[in-house]
Amino acid sequence: MSATILSPAQATYWFVQGQALFLVIHVLGLLCFAYIVTKRLTPLLKAERDNRFDRPLIRLGRLLQFWFGQWKHPRYRTAGIIHILLFTGFIVLAIHTFTLLGLGTAGGSITASTSGVGHVYGLITNYAATVVFLCMTFAATRRLVFKPARYAVPVRYGKAHTADAIFLLALIAILMFAESVFEASKTALLAQQSHAVETLAAFSLPWVLNRAIVAASPLTIWNLYLISYLLQALTFYFLLCYRPFGIQFHVETSLFGVYFAKLDRGTVKPVRWGVSDEQLDQVKSFGVKKFEDFTWKHMLDFYSCADCGRCSDQCPANAVGRPLSPRFISIKARDYSFQHYPMFGTSGNGQPLIGGIYSEDEIWSCTTCGACEEECPLLIEYIDKMVDLRRGMVDDGNVPKSLQKPLKALESRGNPYGKMEKKRAEWAKEKEFQSTCAVKVLDSESSANTLFFVDSITSYDDRMQSIARATARVLTNAGENFGILGSAEKDSGHEVRRFGEEMLFMALREQNVQAIKESGVTRIVTADPHAYNALKHDYKDVPPVEHISQVIARGVKSGRLKLNPVANGDNVYAYHDPCYLGRHNQIFDDPRYVLDAIPGLKRVEMSRCRNRSFCCGGGGLMLFYEPQEEQRMGVKRVQMAAETGANVIVTACPFCMVNVEDAIKVSGMEGKMTAIDLTELVDQHLVRENPPAEDLGNLPSHANA
Amino acid sequence: MTPRIFAYIAHKGGVADDSAAELLAAAKKIDAGASPAALVTGWGAELDSVCEILRGSYAEVWKVASESLAYPNAELVRKALVKVLPPGCIVLVPHNHFGIDLAPGLSIKLNAAFVSDVMGIDGIDGASLKVVRQEFGGQMSTHVRCDISTGAVVNVRPGAFKAVDGVPAGGAVVDKSSDVGALTAGRRYLEIIAAEAGDVDITKEPVLVSIGRGIQEKDNVAIAQELADAMGAAVSCSRPVVDAKWLPKSRQVGSSGQTVRPKIYLACGMSGSFQHLAGLKGNPFIVAINKNPKAPIFQVADVGIVADILEFLPELTTKIREMKKVSV
Amino acid sequence: MEILVCARRVPDTSENEIQLNSSGNDIEYDDLVYSINEPDNYAVEEALQIVAKSGGNVTVATVGTDEDEEILRREMAMGANHGVLLSDDAFGGSDGKGIATILKGLVQKRKYDLILTGVQAEDGGAQVGGMLAAMLDYPFASLVNSVEVLEGKKLKVGREIEGGNKEMSEVDLPCVLSIQTGINEPRYVGMRGIRQVASLEIPTYGASDLGVDASSVGEAAARVKREDYFVPALGKGAEMLEGSSDEIIDKLVELMKAKGGLQ
Repeated sequence: MSATILSPAQATYWFVQGQALFLVIHVLGLLCFAYIVTKRLTPLLKAERDNRFDRPLIRLGRLLQFWFGQWKHPRYRTAGIIHILLFTGFIVLAIHTFTLLGLGTAGGSITASTSGVGHVYGLITNYAATVVFLCMTFAATRRLVFKPARYAVPVRYGKAHTADAIFLLALIAILMFAESVFEASKTALLAQQSHAVETLAAFSLPWVLNRAIVAASPLTIWNLYLISYLLQALTFYFLLCYRPFGIQFHVETSLFGVYFAKLDRGTVKPVRWGVSDEQLDQVKSFGVKKFEDFTWKHMLDFYSCADCGRCSDQCPANAVGRPLSPRFISIKARDYSFQHYPMFGTSGNGQPLIGGIYSEDEIWSCTTCGACEEECPLLIEYIDKMVDLRRGMVDDGNVPKSLQKPLKALESRGNPYGKMEKKRAEWAKEKEFQSTCAVKVLDSESSANTLFFVDSITSYDDRMQSIARATARVLTNAGENFGILGSAEKDSGHEVRRFGEEMLFMALREQNVQAIKESGVTRIVTADPHAYNALKHDYKDVPPVEHISQVIARGVKSGRLKLNPVANGDNVYAYHDPCYLGRHNQIFDDPRYVLDAIPGLKRVEMSRCRNRSFCCGGGGLMLFYEPQEEQRMGVKRVQMAAETGANVIVTACPFCMVNVEDAIKVSGMEGKMTAIDLTELVDQHLVRENPPAEDLGNLPSHANA
Repeated sequence: MTPRIFAYIAHKGGVADDSAAELLAAAKKIDAGASPAALVTGWGAELDSVCEILRGSYAEVWKVASESLAYPNAELVRKALVKVLPPGCIVLVPHNHFGIDLAPGLSIKLNAAFVSDVMGIDGIDGASLKVVRQEFGGQMSTHVRCDISTGAVVNVRPGAFKAVDGVPAGGAVVDKSSDVGALTAGRRYLEIIAAEAGDVDITKEPVLVSIGRGIQEKDNVAIAQELADAMGAAVSCSRPVVDAKWLPKSRQVGSSGQTVRPKIYLACGMSGSFQHLAGLKGNPFIVAINKNPKAPIFQVADVGIVADILEFLPELTTKIREMKKVSV
Repeated sequence: MEILVCARRVPDTSENEIQLNSSGNDIEYDDLVYSINEPDNYAVEEALQIVAKSGGNVTVATVGTDEDEEILRREMAMGANHGVLLSDDAFGGSDGKGIATILKGLVQKRKYDLILTGVQAEDGGAQVGGMLAAMLDYPFASLVNSVEVLEGKKLKVGREIEGGNKEMSEVDLPCVLSIQTGINEPRYVGMRGIRQVASLEIPTYGASDLGVDASSVGEAAARVKREDYFVPALGKGAEMLEGSSDEIIDKLVELMKAKGGLQ
């Protein structure tokens, strides 16, 4: 004979039948939730369109990896583990929760389940509730006692979020507790009717509670049974309706956010989805000036921010005291939308964001390094938003003075320095170099199958020209048939685009694409990761492009390029991953392979390496911008290298080189630290068939460093 | 027959401006035998005192006294001069904020030709005056021919003509005040707003480390400050540095900034524009450091070094600090 | 307020190296990048800021040929309402007074409350504004670094004088002002703005449209003529210090000590 008890639906709550009461609660709760969600959807319906419905299979795969698989969470171990446990607990509890809610309106009595899938599932849910409950207490303790730095709210962004966080943690804990009391009291009631049958998982929270109440009077247990049920129903619906008012909305929105997340790394969204480049002239306003100019996916991102602070924790601009914190880009926008699209009343909208919730410097401070996007467990995108906000400012003529000059120079001379086009290939005419390495300029008389795209800084900057020469020598040794565009080459426009000057970017791109097509090359090589990223992702209809480190790695593997033992065995080398080679394009191993192929070279890894690399300070137009900051990013990076015991930093990007060398000077580390480009280092160590009378004198003398 | 030459003389506090001697020298270049007249406007005892001083170098001093000219409002001065000047004369004015304000309009009212910012004079050739000017920020010089058949107003670059030792002229003061009458203009002088005093008064510093565009960015200004600290000097600059807001206006040396008279002037990363050099007086020892060996500053400096100031200055600072450690 | 800004297209001195051409009779024009004279750009920005506060229109005019139209378009992309090209074969070779005469024709054709020019252009003339004012009998102020619109058709104007001081005056409208750089921060003109004005109408006025007597302008009427360009023979100049940087520094320190510059 199996025990049965009345279900809450059948019970009477203060003169009201349970079934009626819970029906009302369900209906009100769901209606409330539906109303709230509808209100939250309102701005999304007014938003710009976004192209997120393509490649469904890939999106589903990523959903499995990042949403279901919580892929990014372990990057912050403690919080990551807590969240994985919490998330798993919720998933496990999902069916249980719904059936539990159903008890309030379902007709039949409750019987004990002692075997079968349902029973096993029940045991699992006991543990799940326990784990979730413990996670809540641990998380609350962590917030209140250990106070991880990334949760702190800088004064300028308002008051701390701790109270709200604790409130939510408490609510979930209460829900788990209420469910557990219900399970405990349900088991106790069933046990009273028949011999005690173990239906609770040993040492789980319901089990513990059951042991605590089993001695109480039947009436007490019955009341606990009813009250806990009511409490869990109310708490459930309260949470459901409260979540859309804060960071917990990510529970619902994350599924969609991750599904619709951006698939193409390294690209920048078009000015308007659905508007081709040719039609852009007709667009009335470029970029994001008011909230409604964001796309619906970006608005969804604002809702999805869980305030975890991982993005800002990794953000190099934030680390050096620039007025940018990615977390607050999201939180401020979310608060704006809550304020302007309230539950009741009409929405006030159309106010400018810049000068409102965002300051100009805040938006110009971003180097587009992508550390924030790399870190965010919800796959929230930041770079596209920054670019769109910049497009809006540029459209209004609101460009910082320090950037106007290089932009004007790019327009008139095709490079930000304002130097003459005909001098773009002067680096190749350096006397000692020219005698040992001839560099073809591709024109009507010369052709080649590979283009060495040099880009502006490597062409014009006195220091970076040695990278160009080293690259040319390496390519020659690798047997490449290559040439350069010379004065026909214009700046790749990579930063021009990311700083919001889309039309100037398109003009530069058009000129480059034209020149590339006319040259007839079938392949492009560059030593500049920004140019690499532009040619790979921003340019269409150009031959495939490689970074020089890939060419060298291949050459070393095949034996075409042989490397001499390291010139100075005492040096300790640390490789710095450039943002646009590493994080944005996932090229981490080739440069390391090359370094490790130099016999006797001692290499160490900085703790922030690979996709956690710390931006050097930015490239392109960022070199001209005068940010408000407490320290240079490069200085922090040089200190990181010094901490590993390195005395040489190896980079693979001319902008990294500028920033690092500058930082070495500024931080007074001259003599203790030097910087060298990967290509220069390889060039120094290449076994040459015909060793030329080299201009090794022009390269930094790291042999003696 | 060369036309009559007049030199408009500015003055302050009863003392004639340095340009008085320069304009005299310029007049002699136009016509070696000329005896130019000084032309002075103003009011009261200060004006009288200036006229007395000018008698020592000019054969004639034309005094135009009017209360409305107590402050030299170019609009009013022009109206006065038009009433006083004979037709077909040549008027020399310093090319500064006043000359730029006065001369072009004056030339129209006198129906005379106008040449601006003259830094060299070749002399009169028939009905033309041949002068030398510069264009493109000093990158190019040009010979200019000016038709003086109905007279000319010539703005003379300050410092371009060195005062000549002359025979004391013992000139007479000619009072032309009564020719002027009442003066009104659509522009009325209100007041002078003095520049904000900075923390450092560069006009009193004997050694200046001066920076120009070559410093490249705000953060590098510290490099110059460190050198200045090591040398016991102060940092000054040219206009572009102030326009970029890397240093306050009080540090600017030049025609629209401060006039300084140091013993030693280190011009670091400066091209040597004349507006800047106009603020440098008293024959200091000028050291020029610039990446570009063709920079005009090397013409004016006593000692030149072709180097990147961002590298050279820190090295110099280190050396001076070492030196001071040893000597102390 | 109807504002006219007189602008000029010049070789950009900061982005060009000006050199003599191979025949030595003029400068080398190949490879030169042209833009609007920088002080004129500040003048247009100032005009835009004035009409933003007080209402009105901004017209930008230039005396030149079709090639000069691009600066008018650029300023219209910046926000100017109208661009006007003053072009006629008779205008070629005009000196400063000739240019002012041509501009006077435009001013008398349309009514302007305020006329702005830049302080000076690449030739350092700094004259057109003052001449134009005298021809029109309008009050004039040069080297203006602040403009405030007052009640009753007046302006309060600040001029840049020596020592960083500022001379404040009250000026009646209509008047002419020549604007100094640094008076404001000109807004950025993006490619997009330039494309948007690419097809706007820019009227061209010739001598007869402006009522200008051809004999009063142009080369023949010019009283000031440039005869050539030359690079002066370099004088003695500085004593250049040579050697390694250590040697140079040592020598320099010695020299400075001798001059009493190092305690």
